[in-house]
Amino acid sequence: MKIIKNKTVVEDSWSVLRLGEADTADGINVPSGKVLVPLKVWQAQREVLQHRADIGVWFASDERAEELQSDAAKFPVIAVDFPKFADGRGYSIAFNLRNRVGYRGELRAIGDVLRDQLFYMQRVGFDAFAVRADKDIQDALNGLADFSVSYQASTDNALPLYRRAERGVAV
Amino acid sequence: MYRYDQFDHRITAERVAQFRDQVRRRLSGELKEDEFRVLRLQNGLYMQIHAYMMRIAVPYGMLSAKQLRMFAHIARKYDRGYGHFTTRQNVQFNWLKLEDAPDILADLATVEMHANQTSGNCIRNTTSDEFAGVAQDELIDPRPYAELLRQWSTFHPEFAFLPRKFKFSITGAAQDRAAIQINDIGLQAVKNARGEVGFRVLVGGGLGRTPVIGTEIADFILWQHILTYVESIVRVYNEHGRRDNLYKARIKILVKAIGIDEFRRQVEADWQFTKDGPCTVTQAELDRVAAYFTAPAYEQLPAADVAVVALLRDSKAFANWYKRNVKPHKVPGYAVVELSLKRAGVAPGDASAEQMDAAAELAEKYSCGELRVTHMQNLVLADVKQSDLISLWDSAKAHGLATPNIGLLTDIICCPGGDFCTLANARSITLAKAVDERFDDIDYLQDIGEIDLNISGCVNACAHHHVGHIGILGVDKSGEEWYQVSIGGNKGSPANIGKIIGRSFSFAQIPEVVARLLQVYVRERHAGERFIDTVRRTGIEPFAEYVYATPVPQDEKLLLPDYDLLKIGTPYDNPYYSPRF
Repeated sequence: MKIIKNKTVVEDSWSVLRLGEADTADGINVPSGKVLVPLKVWQAQREVLQHRADIGVWFASDERAEELQSDAAKFPVIAVDFPKFADGRGYSIAFNLRNRVGYRGELRAIGDVLRDQLFYMQRVGFDAFAVRADKDIQDALNGLADFSVSYQASTDNALPLYRRAERGVAV
Repeated sequence: MYRYDQFDHRITAERVAQFRDQVRRRLSGELKEDEFRVLRLQNGLYMQIHAYMMRIAVPYGMLSAKQLRMFAHIARKYDRGYGHFTTRQNVQFNWLKLEDAPDILADLATVEMHANQTSGNCIRNTTSDEFAGVAQDELIDPRPYAELLRQWSTFHPEFAFLPRKFKFSITGAAQDRAAIQINDIGLQAVKNARGEVGFRVLVGGGLGRTPVIGTEIADFILWQHILTYVESIVRVYNEHGRRDNLYKARIKILVKAIGIDEFRRQVEADWQFTKDGPCTVTQAELDRVAAYFTAPAYEQLPAADVAVVALLRDSKAFANWYKRNVKPHKVPGYAVVELSLKRAGVAPGDASAEQMDAAAELAEKYSCGELRVTHMQNLVLADVKQSDLISLWDSAKAHGLATPNIGLLTDIICCPGGDFCTLANARSITLAKAVDERFDDIDYLQDIGEIDLNISGCVNACAHHHVGHIGILGVDKSGEEWYQVSIGGNKGSPANIGKIIGRSFSFAQIPEVVARLLQVYVRERHAGERFIDTVRRTGIEPFAEYVYATPVPQDEKLLLPDYDLLKIGTPYDNPYYSPRF
């Protein structure tokens, strides 16, 4: 499938493992190949999975970045799931992964990922976007360029606007 | 007041372009309504009963004459010739078309205005003291900090999809005119022993279904740290606020659930990462923003004007207006003037395009070209010379802006209610009209004195009925509109929630209920005691007892079909209670 990565549409071969109702985190079989597993599966099967280089994890929106801590650096990809685009917890998870946990690898938004949220997602630290399958991914690229300047600091810019630019003064 | 620099202009222009494209995609069907809804709400656009409504931000209530003229332009070009000022110091237009919304935002951008985040589950427009900068009881002018908050919260990438809406209010005065205790975060300026400015921070206040008075989370946060501190509050809320139940999603529920001590611990744990970091506000940035709020060059004037003193003696009408609508100013010889947007036959807070133009002209002629919108839904001219009061009064009267009722019973605080709003259970502006007609004797109103009457059409409490001295709430009973009445609420210094007096009433009973409440007040009051003070002293019992002692008759006039021109669901083209038709 195609994703947006570093502001370009690229082919991608990571699959996302989701637990079915009958599945348990310690019982589910993690297939071979590049797989993003739920954080809970990583925590339950860490002994086995830590030897694989083709494993990433994904966060559900009610999980916290701090749960991963030093393990984060192991992963080439970490994803954050947006069960609904209006569930904004994923923004704080991403911010905390970048700024509190210090994760530097690929950070991917998955789930209900739509053009009109990409600008904010990019600001808090996402650099990859698995746009919802029924949407035009080329069109979604435009969402990354909605604004050319922002007032506040975030992951993309550690300084608020007034510390990075000469602001106007009263006449 | 604050003026945009190149960055403010660019951000606003890019927002207009973004929304124009979103509207285009909605009209073409590329965006489904459930995807578009969130986007339009964050641009202040609601779909109401008759049409689209746009809520335009008036940051902390400050408005220039030029901006007010733009509202008049919007009223004429895109609406039906009027607008509505709200309890959050904003303005709403009720009869818009979706196709016009991007053009309206583009027009607003030319006068440095926008509708950003005036709805939706994000940080809303910060409200403040309508007398900021001129009040006698002011410790500091809160407006520079309110502007810093505006910029910090505008398109904050982490907080566009919070569990629920999030409201800030800030005051720099001793008397709380900004209702900081009923906001998600309330900030009160204070000074420490070293004379440094900081803020006492309240969290978790709010009205709606579960009214709560805010709790103190910090007694003093130095001003440099206020943005990082509130960011930590909002981050903890974003992570942990409930998202499974709309009615339990505000921060007040989270604070109640885990307790203020645990909530504070989490906030401070988060704050340790950002405190003293690059988001600490610099003196240079505060100075830059504060430079836009410097006082005008006041003249040395005598404290009182001879002609005003004479007319106060000779004209009862002028004296009534002066008593209610003129407020003290910190500089001798100056006054603060309130232009009332409450007059018989007009929805509270409504102003016609002609009135907006007239108010803009008054501001330019008498008050440095600036106005403020109040949470009581009136306008303020903050820097008027005492010697201009008489000519100002004459002009204001000519435009229906001088009703001498600020703070009186007919200065009703009212939401759009069932006549416009899809959320409402009952009509509120039609009820305000009925109350207004019943109490039209100015001498009686003056005798009753200061009283806040708040009418909300539903539990969302846009008219803050919980903190009205008399609060009226529209409720739905098997599809019929009924009204619950509470008394003893107060919006600030100190804020408290009113108590319901008993079972609810029909629309046509309410004027009589209000009359009975006032009769008890007149009977029970001590000399100089306001309605709220009497209720506090006696409790609600004597009031409830008298109101329910005999059956409350319905006002027959209110039952006539032609009284009610405002049936819920009035089609777009039908006449509507207002002089505009």
